[in-house]
Amino acid sequence: MMRDQKLWTWHVVAGLVVLVFLGLHMTIMHLDEVIPAASLNPQGGHPIDWANVAARGKTLFFPITYVVLLGAALFHGLYGFRNILFELNPPGALKRVLGWLLALAGLGLFAIGTWAAIAAHRVALLA
Amino acid sequence: MLKTRGFPNRLGIQGWAFGGRWGPERYLYTLHRITGLGLLLYFLLHILLTSSRALGMEAWEQAMGAVTAPIFTFGEYLVFVAFAFHALNGIRLVLVELGVGVGKPIEPVYPYRTSLNVQRPLAICAGIVALVLIVLGTLDFFILD
Amino acid sequence: MSNEIRGDVTYRIRRFDPDRDAAPRWQESRIPALPGMTVLDGLWKIKETTDPSLSWRSSCRMGVCGSCGMLINGRARLACNTQISELGSAIVAVAPLPNFHIIRDLVPDLSPMFTAHAALSPFVIREDAAEQENPSGEFGQTPHELEQYLQFTFCIKCGCCMAACPTYATDPAYSGPMPLAQAHRYNTDTRDGGFRKRREALAGEAGPWRCHYAGECSRVCPKGVDPARAIQLMKRQLVLDYLRLWRPRRPAAIIPAPAEVRRRPDVPEPPARTV
Repeated sequence: MMRDQKLWTWHVVAGLVVLVFLGLHMTIMHLDEVIPAASLNPQGGHPIDWANVAARGKTLFFPITYVVLLGAALFHGLYGFRNILFELNPPGALKRVLGWLLALAGLGLFAIGTWAAIAAHRVALLA
Repeated sequence: MLKTRGFPNRLGIQGWAFGGRWGPERYLYTLHRITGLGLLLYFLLHILLTSSRALGMEAWEQAMGAVTAPIFTFGEYLVFVAFAFHALNGIRLVLVELGVGVGKPIEPVYPYRTSLNVQRPLAICAGIVALVLIVLGTLDFFILD
Repeated sequence: MSNEIRGDVTYRIRRFDPDRDAAPRWQESRIPALPGMTVLDGLWKIKETTDPSLSWRSSCRMGVCGSCGMLINGRARLACNTQISELGSAIVAVAPLPNFHIIRDLVPDLSPMFTAHAALSPFVIREDAAEQENPSGEFGQTPHELEQYLQFTFCIKCGCCMAACPTYATDPAYSGPMPLAQAHRYNTDTRDGGFRKRREALAGEAGPWRCHYAGECSRVCPKGVDPARAIQLMKRQLVLDYLRLWRPRRPAAIIPAPAEVRRRPDVPEPPARTV
């Protein structure tokens, strides 16, 4: 079974992707007072004011990077969670069920998040 | 299946947290797990909440209005702290688990210097950077806002 | 770092008699502590004077056979290698190695560890089986090549690393530090050609993927084998293998005997082979 060798490699790659993009996200959201950057919070005020959210949503950069971050973070987090669950030694059948549940949850949340990113882009362009 | 006989004696989940007398890296392992689970839990709720921006300004402000209580702000602060630790420890783990910074195999001469000794400076650096981030985050959350 | 222990020490020993006890229990004994006494010496003293039913495994009493691995004051150690004075306590708590079933008293059932070990083919695998049966010469290996795996050959299979590993505490499918370090020992041995065979097992649940570098295995190893180092190096090898950035090289060739070599007249012939 090749699975863990492959999954772990992508877990590490995803972790690096998350590091870069979540680092950027955290800087925008939570280090904005300490490291003010006009290009990231163009409208001033709080990062989560609608004006800033819309301004980011209007660009191509943010929706695209949000989707990349979403995919990488879901894979990284859910594979880590799978590891924790499997290390508790559930019976074989339960392992398969858990594996599928986590994969479905990941795909479902990815779908929701991607829809949201695209729809928000449209909303921001129209406003 | 592996056959074994006798009275069961696995430490179980206690072995993740209390296995005996340890070195710092094992505490880092436990903390990395805890922060990872915390971040994951927050993340799943975060996706659902922030997706509301796709439905326009009113939906967004309603969603944000639901999480203005101080307990949520503090929770977000904890998420930031967890991120700082998990990210920096994660960088250390990526390097170490790909064989960087664990040192070359050597002939063991007592007292043994293991790969843990070799990677210790890396762990300390990661800890310092994480602390700096936490200080910056604390400033941003509670003092400059 | 030695502390002087004067007078007596109290041994708290985890007892379990499968014929009589429902579960393990603690039992205390006081014995005089003499300078230079090891934990194993104390166990013998108790068995000889107070309680002949006390059971454990020990053999060489000098830290090379790997029989006497036990949990001593909360840490997996060899009883013969542990001075009572180095514990720094008047109480010596001795329990069987955790993460293994207890057969009796301080005797753990190590067979799962050896099963996992055997499953990773811990021996040199080569295609030229005839050469291994009837060697015609020496396999060429440089000192540098030897250094890459020599550290991991010092393993005495005592099981202390398995007892210290947090993953092995919950997950019996994980091979554990000793089998994985030994798999790496053979993968990096240039005389060996068995990487692809071992990879079949290492790519799945029995592989190093559940190691999260807690590092306790290397801290408790009484021989300085550093299984954690071996496992991380093995992960690198397996990741590069998956990404096709690394190929296993050919196993070491036989060094041909020099052409014009004659036996000196005063050197006798070797005796006939008995095997």
